Amino acid sequence: MRLGRLLAVLGALACLAAAEDPADQLPNRAQEAHARALFSEIRCVVCQNESIDDSDAEVAGNLRQAVRAQVADGRTDQQIKSYLVQRYGEFILMRPLFSPGNALLWLSPFLIVLAGAGVLILRARRTPTPEARLTDAEEAKLRELKDF
Amino acid sequence: MTAELGSFALILAFALSIAQVALSAGGRLRGSAALTGAGEGAAAGAFLGVAAAFAALIHAFVTSDFSVANVAANSHTAQPLFYKITGAWGSHEGSMLLWCLALTGYGSVVALTGRGLPWKLKASTVMVQGCLGVLFIGYTVFASNPLLRIATPPVEGASLNPLLQDPFFAIHPPFLYSGYVGMSVVFSLGVAALIEGRVDAAWARWMRPWSLVAWSLLTIGITLGSFWSYYVLGWGGWWAWDPVENASFMPWLAATALLHSATVTEKRGAMAAWTVFLAILAFTFSMLGAFLVRSGILTSVHAFAIDPKRGTLLLEILGIAAGSGFALFAWRAPSLPPGGLFAPISRESALLLNNLFLSAATVAVLFGTLYPLIAQAAFGAAVSVGPPYFNLVFGSLMGAVLLILPIGPLMAWKRGELVGVLQRLWWAALAAIVAGALVYAFHEPRKAFAGTGVALGLWLIGGTLTELAERARLGRTTLAEAGRRLRALPRGAWGMTFAHVGLGVFLLGAAIDGTGKVETAKVMAVGDQIDVGGGYHLSLDGVGAVDGPNYQAQRGTLSVTKNGHPICTATPERRFYPAGGQTTSKVALCLRGVSDVYVVFGEQRLGVSGSPGWLVRVFWNPWARMIFLGPLLMALGGGISLSDRRLRIGLPKRATGAAGAAVLGPAE
Repeated sequence: MRLGRLLAVLGALACLAAAEDPADQLPNRAQEAHARALFSEIRCVVCQNESIDDSDAEVAGNLRQAVRAQVADGRTDQQIKSYLVQRYGEFILMRPLFSPGNALLWLSPFLIVLAGAGVLILRARRTPTPEARLTDAEEAKLRELKDF
Repeated sequence: MTAELGSFALILAFALSIAQVALSAGGRLRGSAALTGAGEGAAAGAFLGVAAAFAALIHAFVTSDFSVANVAANSHTAQPLFYKITGAWGSHEGSMLLWCLALTGYGSVVALTGRGLPWKLKASTVMVQGCLGVLFIGYTVFASNPLLRIATPPVEGASLNPLLQDPFFAIHPPFLYSGYVGMSVVFSLGVAALIEGRVDAAWARWMRPWSLVAWSLLTIGITLGSFWSYYVLGWGGWWAWDPVENASFMPWLAATALLHSATVTEKRGAMAAWTVFLAILAFTFSMLGAFLVRSGILTSVHAFAIDPKRGTLLLEILGIAAGSGFALFAWRAPSLPPGGLFAPISRESALLLNNLFLSAATVAVLFGTLYPLIAQAAFGAAVSVGPPYFNLVFGSLMGAVLLILPIGPLMAWKRGELVGVLQRLWWAALAAIVAGALVYAFHEPRKAFAGTGVALGLWLIGGTLTELAERARLGRTTLAEAGRRLRALPRGAWGMTFAHVGLGVFLLGAAIDGTGKVETAKVMAVGDQIDVGGGYHLSLDGVGAVDGPNYQAQRGTLSVTKNGHPICTATPERRFYPAGGQTTSKVALCLRGVSDVYVVFGEQRLGVSGSPGWLVRVFWNPWARMIFLGPLLMALGGGISLSDRRLRIGLPKRATGAAGAAVLGPAE
């Protein structure tokens, strides 16, 4: 039982905290908020699909430190991101670049809307609007009802 | 011995599924009621077989029979009985058996209750459902049998993942799978309708209850999963656009589109081919989800253990089932008779637009989920597609859906009048815009996002209630008369009201929680205070050791105060499970109205002053509970709609039973 307790404490110590670690935060609150916003756009490169904002991994911690340092130096989001892309590749960005290569990803949902709307408009033009005229049978039925 | 009996029952179920296909097909071709009846019996038998296998698996878990490989890998003698039972579906193999249980369960209900269906359609439906049974039970028997023994059983099991030892996660898979697999009936009915060449209003009416059941259960399943992720993972969020989450969301989106297009087919006989297409698509997405979660092809925070061989098999099943469904669609759909005509401004058109944008949003989720694979294969580039993409693309497309949503129900069928509808909605629009502007003026940060979300949410709620008031003629007649009219409304109308209001409630919660969340963390010694903002303070009163049934925990006791007044005591824990050597945290939630004070108890470490303390993370999650309340209202709406008189089993029976018997008669 005591061994279990000891293991519990060791297990607890082995686990690092995520982004909101008071020890690492920037003193300037605006800069810290800025850094936090950036964290959610950057992938923890070794994790299973987590941003460095959420991840407990050591790499994520190092990346957070790097981003914080650059934010403190006053570099822009664009500069920080291109620095990260240079080192780790586009893989590190949670938001894929809006580049010709990724055009399919960004545009296909909207192309579907356009194509669908086009088909609908064409069909609406080809088919007569329903209020146009009653068929002869319907006219006869209507007359019958009116006479009644 | 029980495990062997279970395996035997499972193999029997496999054989009965084959019989179900053969008998139903034979009965359908030869017009023999005896054969189709035998096919229905086989469907019920297959369900009993899978149920027996499932019972055997539960028995193995309850008795901690570690000679069964699956039990040894996912259970432990010290686990509480409840988590021993739920461990049965905590693994890949067990959850596939649960899938088969749901599949054959639905199949037998269709076989035994669908007396109102024309016999040809029913025989074909039972046959298609049998084909799905053959594929999935076959897969379970030959590639993923959870009842297999191991040669050298361990003395102790490896324990269920502690994160899954939670009441919400225990009931999440049964709901989710009932939802996923409920789409199989819709799929079978769709394929059967294509085989019979008949898709009309009556078919839509038979299909609708099944899509409602599946959609409601899936809604509950996803919500439970989301809530689990919210309060077990300790990250303060509720949705991460992770591939596994997307896998459950895509069938839901397809089913939502289906519910709406089926209304048009049912009421007006139009859009029949599109409705059948969605019926096939919904279950295709369910199968795609099953494949994505189990193949390890995408990286996700919560996938099952990876096994490429099984992944390939599941992909083949997906290809066979969906491929033949869509091939049949391509062949038969052009010959379906065109439905009723409607003007560009009409309720049909509004629902068509809803479907257009919903489909595009579904494609965005599908494409975003699969794009890393596509990019890797096509250009060899490693690309991540994360929440920023989904929020932007999916969000803007859904924005369009939400904008037209309140207009649709007020529009007349066939030929509507937009100006008149907008005149009736003016106050809802005004309320939404004013509230959105107020939020924009006073909310920080990301006020544009919050303002838009609140405005859209109120537009939905206000617009939906307007429609209800219109139906009751509220304000134009006496209150008593309005009350009488409300009571006389069909259940389907109430269901729609609940579902649409629920969506509005969800939006309000997501907008305010998503932007107003406050996160603070501090290394606290006993007696220290932490300021959360909004007047909330927490002080650490003590830390103690707690022994659970199969874990040891450190529990912090924190008193929460608002402006000096005590509100509640939070007792978050940090649990250590010696069986697997894992540490998890138990979040403490302090409910304030619909908002949460969310406390996570972290590791022990040195504080700023050098004295030891515990890392405590506190979130203020404003309106967070509305995120979960909204979808539950939507599911409730589905349930209410299901109880509508016109959907009750037996009602169409009187209308069609005689005709069906007449057709069957001469052929015999």
